[in-house]
Amino acid sequence: MTASLSSVSVVFGREFRAYFATPLAAIFLVVFLALAGAMTFFVSGFFARGSADMAAFFTWMPWLFLVLLPAIGMRLWAEERRSGTIELLMTMPVAPWTIVLGKFLAGWAFTGVALALTTPLWITVNWLGSPDNGVIVAGYLGTFLMAGAFLAIAACISTLTKNQVIAFISAAIVTFILVTAGLELVLGAIRGWAPYWMTEAVAALSVLEHFQRITQGLIEAPTLIFFGSLIVLALMINTFLVDLKKAQ
Amino acid sequence: MTTLVEAHGLKKRFGDMTAVDDVSLSVSRGEVVGFLGPNGAGKSTTMKMITGFLEPDTGTAQIGGHDVWRDPAAAKAKLGYLPEGAPAYGDMPVADFLTFCGKMRGLRKAQLNNRLAEMAERVRLTEVWSRPIEALSKGYRRRVGIAQALIHDPDILVLDEPTDGLDPNQKHEMRNLIREIAPNKSIIVSTHILEEVEAVCSRAVIIASGKVVADATPRDLVGSKDDGRAIQIRIGSPEEASVIEKIKPLADGAELEVMERINGSTRVLLRYNDKPEDTRAIETRLKSADLPVEEVGIYRPRLEDVFRDVTTRIH
Repeated sequence: MTASLSSVSVVFGREFRAYFATPLAAIFLVVFLALAGAMTFFVSGFFARGSADMAAFFTWMPWLFLVLLPAIGMRLWAEERRSGTIELLMTMPVAPWTIVLGKFLAGWAFTGVALALTTPLWITVNWLGSPDNGVIVAGYLGTFLMAGAFLAIAACISTLTKNQVIAFISAAIVTFILVTAGLELVLGAIRGWAPYWMTEAVAALSVLEHFQRITQGLIEAPTLIFFGSLIVLALMINTFLVDLKKAQ
Repeated sequence: MTTLVEAHGLKKRFGDMTAVDDVSLSVSRGEVVGFLGPNGAGKSTTMKMITGFLEPDTGTAQIGGHDVWRDPAAAKAKLGYLPEGAPAYGDMPVADFLTFCGKMRGLRKAQLNNRLAEMAERVRLTEVWSRPIEALSKGYRRRVGIAQALIHDPDILVLDEPTDGLDPNQKHEMRNLIREIAPNKSIIVSTHILEEVEAVCSRAVIIASGKVVADATPRDLVGSKDDGRAIQIRIGSPEEASVIEKIKPLADGAELEVMERINGSTRVLLRYNDKPEDTRAIETRLKSADLPVEEVGIYRPRLEDVFRDVTTRIH
């Protein structure tokens, strides 16, 4: 077990540093912060709302993340397959799941860095008024969990191709479906022909539904289980797909 | 002699194509096995199965006594592997990449630093130690690949075309390196450069269309064809076909085979299956028939001839 944990941390270290080996990481962070700022202040009218909370910020997170996390996850496996380094990784004396987990955690930590850089907004809110900081903590927790789920899906999809662009687009499409699943727009389109259980199943997949509840300050078991099981399931499929696809 | 690599009945199909068909191989400590074959013969696929990267359809592979599929961690711990093309993380400096590989292999602190220092010196990487791998020349990149495979001082080394794309000096260096580390290890080297096999390998295994067609020392391989029952002649004429037609009746029932054509002269082999023929008699006969024959002599096969012979016969 200690050997497994240590290989998770070795993979984590390499992958996390790899994000900063190219200017790409800096560009991601700048784009994310600029978009998040623009949406919060200009589109949602952060100041005009006159309310000391971060709802104007969190509302945009699912939509930003469905572009950002496929971009963070796209290289995780596609690049290994393209360059052939997957052959090195898979002939190391470690269990494949430790590599899958190490890579995922590195991407997740990178997302954590991006989120941490938005804390000046939190400070601003506290300076301007007296917000319910518990709700904001819940909001950050929900955002981080959602990021984990999107990233696990993006990593999983990147095992299927050697091309990062294809990995990015496919992951963005899948996360888009997950985000929109609960919208009336989508449900209405299904309800017409699909059986009741199917409509309910699609609605239950809705990331937005769970995300909105947690950003309102409701940290509930179903939400935690929803995001947690999305992550675990995607990582299990990821491990399986790596083994299936590695040699192609 | 301890057997460190034992592969048995390896088979692998990709769709309709059988890439590897019942390949068995065993390698003892101290042996350097040259794995030869035309492109697409199944060399890389076999190596991938031995290293545990690719699961065979049937058959088993053992590394240092551990089954690669039932006990992968123990087997892979004893193995160093240089995949085809020496893949590496291009954005990493040499030192970081080797540190990563060492840590993945369970090396820590002092032990890791010792091994890194040894690799820098032995594989001669000191000059490029802190440069990113993508900025290195092909020769250095290949050396990084070797260092990566040697970092944990494995008993078994599998090298897939370690000299491919290197210049003659680099090839020479790589061969010296392999010879240096050979005595205490089992090494499998794939290549299609035959002089390399004669230079570094104690055994040659030739594979064609997924099957092992020869397995012997390079000397024995050549010796097996060297029975003194064939005569080679060199024709110095561009109209070789008509010359060959004229030689046929004079050759005393030999089977004629064109070996190679270089600079307008053709090497032809007269194969006598049962009786050794008198070279002198043939020469006199051909010369008196006024044919453009330049050279007549007993055929001493080269490894190249053996290679062509065993890899083309089965088609």
